[in-house]
Amino acid sequence: MPRPPSQSPQFSSVADVGKRLSTAGYLPDTQIATTVFLADRLGKPLLVEGPAGTGKTELAKALATATGSELIRLQCYEGLDEARALYEWNYKKQLLRIQASQGTDGADWDTVHDDIFGEEFLLSRPLLTAIRRTEPTVLLIDETDKADIEVEGLLLEVLSDFQVTIPELGTITATRRPMVVLTSNATRELSEALKRRCLYLALDYPSAEREREIVLSRVPDLAPGLAEQLVRTVRALRALELKKSPSISETLDWAQTLLELGLDTLDEAAVRSTLGVVLKHASDQDRAAAELRLN
Amino acid sequence: MTGVPGPAGSGGLAGHLDGFVRAIREAGIPVGISQAVDAAEILTVVDLLEREQLRHGLAAVLLQRAAQRPTYDVLFDLWWPLSDRRRTVADEADGGASDDGDEPGESTLDIPGGDDVDLAALMREQLAQLLLAGDEEALRRFAREAVEMLGRGQPSPSGQSFFSYRVLRALSPDTLVAQLLTGLLAEGDRGGLAEQVARQTIRERLTALRAAIESEVRRRTAAEKGRDKVAKNAVRPLADQVDFLRAQSGDLAELRRAVAPLARRLAVRLSARRRLGREGRLDFRKTVRASLGTGGVPVVTHHRPRKVHKPELVVLCDVSGSVAGFSHFTLMLTQALREHFTGVRAFAFVDSTDEVTRFFRPGADVVDAVQRIGREADVVGFDGHSDYGTAFEVFADRWASAVGPRTSLLVLGDGRTNYRQPGLPVLADLVRRSRSAHWLNPEPRRLWGSGDSAADRYGEVIDMVECRNAAQLAQFVTTL
Repeated sequence: MPRPPSQSPQFSSVADVGKRLSTAGYLPDTQIATTVFLADRLGKPLLVEGPAGTGKTELAKALATATGSELIRLQCYEGLDEARALYEWNYKKQLLRIQASQGTDGADWDTVHDDIFGEEFLLSRPLLTAIRRTEPTVLLIDETDKADIEVEGLLLEVLSDFQVTIPELGTITATRRPMVVLTSNATRELSEALKRRCLYLALDYPSAEREREIVLSRVPDLAPGLAEQLVRTVRALRALELKKSPSISETLDWAQTLLELGLDTLDEAAVRSTLGVVLKHASDQDRAAAELRLN
Repeated sequence: MTGVPGPAGSGGLAGHLDGFVRAIREAGIPVGISQAVDAAEILTVVDLLEREQLRHGLAAVLLQRAAQRPTYDVLFDLWWPLSDRRRTVADEADGGASDDGDEPGESTLDIPGGDDVDLAALMREQLAQLLLAGDEEALRRFAREAVEMLGRGQPSPSGQSFFSYRVLRALSPDTLVAQLLTGLLAEGDRGGLAEQVARQTIRERLTALRAAIESEVRRRTAAEKGRDKVAKNAVRPLADQVDFLRAQSGDLAELRRAVAPLARRLAVRLSARRRLGREGRLDFRKTVRASLGTGGVPVVTHHRPRKVHKPELVVLCDVSGSVAGFSHFTLMLTQALREHFTGVRAFAFVDSTDEVTRFFRPGADVVDAVQRIGREADVVGFDGHSDYGTAFEVFADRWASAVGPRTSLLVLGDGRTNYRQPGLPVLADLVRRSRSAHWLNPEPRRLWGSGDSAADRYGEVIDMVECRNAAQLAQFVTTL
């Protein structure tokens, strides 16, 4: 298998990954740190899969901060196509160019032809932008499962060889390989071919200990005792069969809310009045109130 | 490479890895050749003395779905076991991010050579304190001690056996709950939120303890009897392979988790098909207006949106006791569909049929809905045993207009008629009137037609599909 252009790795060890991501405001566990380290070392894209709100996108952002790279983001949605993901010719401008040259003499076909398929008329979309950059780059392909199957085929070329073929310009190969992070909520199974090219990282809700650390690092003014209570309550909520389990970001929102309201303990009344911060479905709220004996 | 963790096979580290990959394949996780090659590369990159790094590193290339992880972890522990030495080199290595690493460390217990009863009581005391503190590492260490002290079976010629039930019986951690609750709760916190939260915390810690004990027993048994033997018995089927009809209550929650994304996938799939080919007829006016920007040349054409085809789905579901596990999941599927389409109608039957669509309002809870169907819906007419013939007749009679040329009909049931008449003509007529019709049967194909099963006869008038587990359900969804 041809290897993409090699370059010096960004991280020296797993512990280094952990330290630098923590500095960037993301607390990784061993699994995350190891997988990120390997993605960097082996030069493979990283596929992060897990329920909403477990910090998948956040990981990519922190990675960009930790390595001093620019984050280029391709948000996937249904109907995403080549013209939106890769590149597009600015045909309006091309047309103007042709019309502008019509009056003048000596503008023969060859010059116009070469001219309108030049750099000036190329609209670079996220994938092409990421490949052409010479500075360190983190390419985030967000919610890959939302895109159609055809987009995966497009990604295959880009992710395995880090090159893009534009018929009029030739093949553009990455001078500096971007670090690629794909995220997925697993609403559908991604194709085997795509998964095989990636390192797989399944993210789930963090352990109680790690979540407490996250809360304390993001909301430093919160009392540690309250953080402990908060995390345990969130875990109790997650154990219920809810339609949408509280995510990490919602835990953080809740911590912030408690802080703003000046509450120093999480009792029944406090939970009841702030439950809307973590549970966004009426049926979930009812269920939580019944199971946790809030009334 | 100097530090090879665990006993390497005859082929050195590479051979050992090969054996591991093969065991993973045998457990039903597909691993391609390129993945195996990548796994070998992992070995050259990670610090082999850091066991957790190796575990996560190999997982990153060998696994492709989150559901495969528990199986993988069991096999990893067998193939790369912790050594029996009390301190390993890994302990001296920089802990860093690996705060949940496995470092056996020193025994925290000071067990005198008393008899078994004393020993158990002493360890129980110790366990209670550990559970209260909630230090996972200490708990794991304790599990190892406990298996060593309490888990031994009768020595036999084939070697020493270890049993997790012996440990659990001696420690009976479930009886510690009351004591732990008192420890975790302040006075006056009883009964309310705090108690529920504390209970959940204790539940989590007990589950962790049980898992640690089981894993330790597997490790010891593997050391005594060879890991291949253990690997065969220890690996539970993946969640999507568990038989609907034989699902234990322990499997149910797991199965529900496996089915939930599937239901969502089905809904996404159906709605995707609805939105595909979004371009309909040319919108002349919009195109001309847009062309003004390019000097009157219509560079971009605009189209009217396609008329939306609304799929109508009628679900007819057997909710009798014999298929209880199965119907639960199919009702979940119905619920997921209801959230995306208005044109879904659900009917449940035992020996009479009733419409249950009203229980599946978007936002309603599936567990509640299932209970309410049992309580409120009029599905039992006579004796509470399945009667497909009557059920179909009631359905065709009372809801004659439900099935039309745009309707897809989905029948869910095992087709066991209790030797009553199967009502074939009624079903055939329903199938003829619908756009498409499928029957999902949770019984294995070879049993169709045996005993009181009329599945083979139904199969002649309707497309009958075997649907025993979540994997088969997924397969059906993709062909729909």
